[in-house]
Amino acid sequence: MNGLLLLLPELLIGALAFLVFSADLLLPSRRAPLVGWIAAVGMLALALFCAAWWGVSGRVGDLYVVDRFAVLFKVLALLMGAAVVLMSVDYARRRLPGAGEYYGLIVFAVLGIVIMTGATELLTAYIGLELLNFSLYVLVSYRKWNPKSNEAGTKYILLGALSSAVLLYGLSLLYGIAGTTSYGGIAAALAGSSPSPALNAALVLTLGGLGFKVAAVPFHMWAPDAYEGAPTPITAFLAVAAKAAGFGLLLRLVAEALLPALPLVVAPLAAIATATMILGNTVAIRQRNIKRLLAYSSIGQVGYLLVGLAAFGAGAAEAIVVHLVGYAAASFAAFLVVVIVENRTGDEEIADYAGLAERAPFAAFALTAAFFSLTGLPLLAGFVTKFALFLAAAQAGWTWLVAIGITTSVVSLYYYLMVIRQLYVVPPAKVGALGMTAAERGLLAVLLAATIAIGVVPAPLFAVIQSAVAPLFS
Amino acid sequence: MAIPLLSLMTLTPLAGALVLFAVPRERHGLIRAVALVAAGISAAAAAAVFLGYDSSRAGFQFVERLPWLPQLGIDYALAVDGSSAVMVLLTGVVIVTGVLVSWRIDYRPKDFFALLLILVAGVYGVFCSTDLFFFFFWYEVAVLPMYLLIAVWGSTNKEYGALKLTLMLVAGSILIWVGLLIVYAASGINSFDLFRLQQVAFDPTTQSIAFLLFMIGFGVLAGMWPLHTWSPDGHVAAPTAVSMLHAGVLMKLGAFGILRIAMTLLPEGARVWLPALLVLATVNVIYGALSAMAQRDLKYVVGYSSVSHMGYVLMGLASLSLVGTTGAVLQMFSHGIMTALFFAMVGVIYDQAHTRDIRAFGGLIRTMPAVSILFILAGLASLGLPGLSGFVAEVLVFSGLAQAQGWLFVALAVVGVAITATYILRLIARVFFGPPRGTSPALQEGSRLDVAAGAALAFFLIAVGLYPAPLLTPIVSSVLPIVRRLGGVE
Repeated sequence: MNGLLLLLPELLIGALAFLVFSADLLLPSRRAPLVGWIAAVGMLALALFCAAWWGVSGRVGDLYVVDRFAVLFKVLALLMGAAVVLMSVDYARRRLPGAGEYYGLIVFAVLGIVIMTGATELLTAYIGLELLNFSLYVLVSYRKWNPKSNEAGTKYILLGALSSAVLLYGLSLLYGIAGTTSYGGIAAALAGSSPSPALNAALVLTLGGLGFKVAAVPFHMWAPDAYEGAPTPITAFLAVAAKAAGFGLLLRLVAEALLPALPLVVAPLAAIATATMILGNTVAIRQRNIKRLLAYSSIGQVGYLLVGLAAFGAGAAEAIVVHLVGYAAASFAAFLVVVIVENRTGDEEIADYAGLAERAPFAAFALTAAFFSLTGLPLLAGFVTKFALFLAAAQAGWTWLVAIGITTSVVSLYYYLMVIRQLYVVPPAKVGALGMTAAERGLLAVLLAATIAIGVVPAPLFAVIQSAVAPLFS
Repeated sequence: MAIPLLSLMTLTPLAGALVLFAVPRERHGLIRAVALVAAGISAAAAAAVFLGYDSSRAGFQFVERLPWLPQLGIDYALAVDGSSAVMVLLTGVVIVTGVLVSWRIDYRPKDFFALLLILVAGVYGVFCSTDLFFFFFWYEVAVLPMYLLIAVWGSTNKEYGALKLTLMLVAGSILIWVGLLIVYAASGINSFDLFRLQQVAFDPTTQSIAFLLFMIGFGVLAGMWPLHTWSPDGHVAAPTAVSMLHAGVLMKLGAFGILRIAMTLLPEGARVWLPALLVLATVNVIYGALSAMAQRDLKYVVGYSSVSHMGYVLMGLASLSLVGTTGAVLQMFSHGIMTALFFAMVGVIYDQAHTRDIRAFGGLIRTMPAVSILFILAGLASLGLPGLSGFVAEVLVFSGLAQAQGWLFVALAVVGVAITATYILRLIARVFFGPPRGTSPALQEGSRLDVAAGAALAFFLIAVGLYPAPLLTPIVSSVLPIVRRLGGVE
């Protein structure tokens, strides 16, 4: 298979986006949930379709590749997109009246992720990244009448544009050094070149620009405000899918293009990882708003992933993807509970979660399990995925970095326990059971099951990811 | 194919917890029944393992092994040697009696018993895992439910106690985790298998660093001074069954980890650090006993006495002698039973009196004779009365110390015994004899379940005190190769 046929999944995702936009245009506004369902079912179907491409491989010129890594990220992106849409259906109905383009933009954001992780050329990757960003700029400020949402959107656009400029500067320097924008060509050029100020600047600017996108310290300052102001399902998208996308792009870029020059930036990467783990996890302690807490905790998670990047190699790359998947399941579960609570009560403060175990036992249990998984406690995904990540780093000789990672995990346990305390120990301030829609209950059950399944039987996931990461290093 | 007894023992409590999730929350009777059945099955399996363990063959038996994560060299591997066979027996006894004394709990019993069962699954798992990853996995499983168990069902400053306990234990596990990764990376064999790692000769620096990490990390859970402070606060705050399990079994995981992982894998490191452990353990004994003497809350007395008694365990481990190490493992068993009995009986008293202040009691033996006698038995075992299990264990520890470490440590340990005798006898005289005080005359005998649970525990105290051989033989068989590798006195 070759040529344009290889782009079939991308074309179909684009077609789905237009189908969703048209449905929104043609259906009466009270049928908005139906638009959401079209998007969700469409993405799930496309995820199945992409999964069937597991064995397919081929290249579209120097620009684009279909390999197992790309297929894996297509499936992940579509599943994450579908999860966000399912989280949104009831939320949009109650909190985002007149949500028109909302679902279509989510599909576009997913398309952006797919392109980012399949690109083997700088500008193609950049276009994918911007497709993701532009969709998110709109989505973050979607709560049109909410000042916080507007503030969040403005900050996100301004800093997003700034970071894009930084990234582009880095990419242009890379082009200047290598004389080509294709990953393979860059690797070949770098392999022969000696360290130069231009190369250092190129690497620092490129990684810094991407650092903005994944909210690594010190490029994280947009994140908490954007997370707090955005509609909560979009916060989940930012915290999970956008980060996964950033790391998907980084992994391919580093493995296929920058690997020969990576030793130049390993020390700054380790420093950034350290700062990200420490800042994310300590500042989270002081948060009173659950969305801000999750924002900072997700910054901490980025720190762990960066530990893997500093220890880069096939084993570390596998561990990063494994951790991303485990993180996605647990984090989505946590966000879904936040969506459910906010949807019913409008509450976003941690204190408002008092006695949730009485009012919504299943949601409280799921949130507890998700938090324990994010900390890295056993029987849950986080334990084994974090273990794999730190194991890879230890084998690369980064014992002190691992020690910081594990220590900050314990700090994270503290602030998670403060929420769990509200759920189970503090008596409820309000009474009455919180209901859940069937979609919410089902999605929560699936996410919880995934979190537990990865924690108890991780071997199949590791096997899949091992074979997905292998093409990057061939 | 034979029944996989160890999996049955370890996984039944988890299955029980799962079943509990499906039981409606208002069916209290059914919930208790499920918990008791799950605990009972696991305890029966543990007893079968103990009885079936063949000391004449020694080594690891009941081996089970399944590849779990071959990419990282992790196997789900279970096996017991003599020491673990004794420890799983202890766990079985304590969980069944713990469920029995928790019968009265009627606030969210479903969640309580589910968490209790998860905890005990972790404990079993640690005692019989021969894969280091799974050792750590189960270790963390045992810590995971603690916060909620104490913060929701506890008493007396429960949130503080729960948080302090959880964070200190998890902080200890940081060191263990780093130690494991260092050992794994240094071995270069991509395996967490205990037996394969045992073949690796680690270089002395690695051994020294890793041993220190393990010693402190496991030392936190073992209540090693000065990292013991979570233990009295946590035990006081915890509900009865959790105190029983925690002081009775969980603290043993720390000492067991030092024996099973640190001393087994890192003999060079052990030779460097065991003298330091011996000194810290001696402080444990004396400091714990003196602190216990100063307490007025019954549970604090027992809590600090645990710190003191865990000191004997650590002294025995650090003695570098066969006799002393054997005594340490026996002391783990003996203290586990004894402290469980203590906490069970204090629980019975507290549930009626709603106070644990020693000054509020007097003459309890008249109003609650069975509970009093059982408590006194535990007290006598605690001060090392001949005929009870504590005596045998402590004599072995002291002899080992005398053989290998000289008389100074023996003398200090004996001082510890003297202080223990003082505070225990004073407490018994005040609380159970003498004139009735405060609410004491109104108290009633414990329920049949409480007394039965206490009697079961007391049975082991007496049986082991009179005839310790069935425990000593397997323990010696498992400790001998470790001591031999360390070059200790046989």
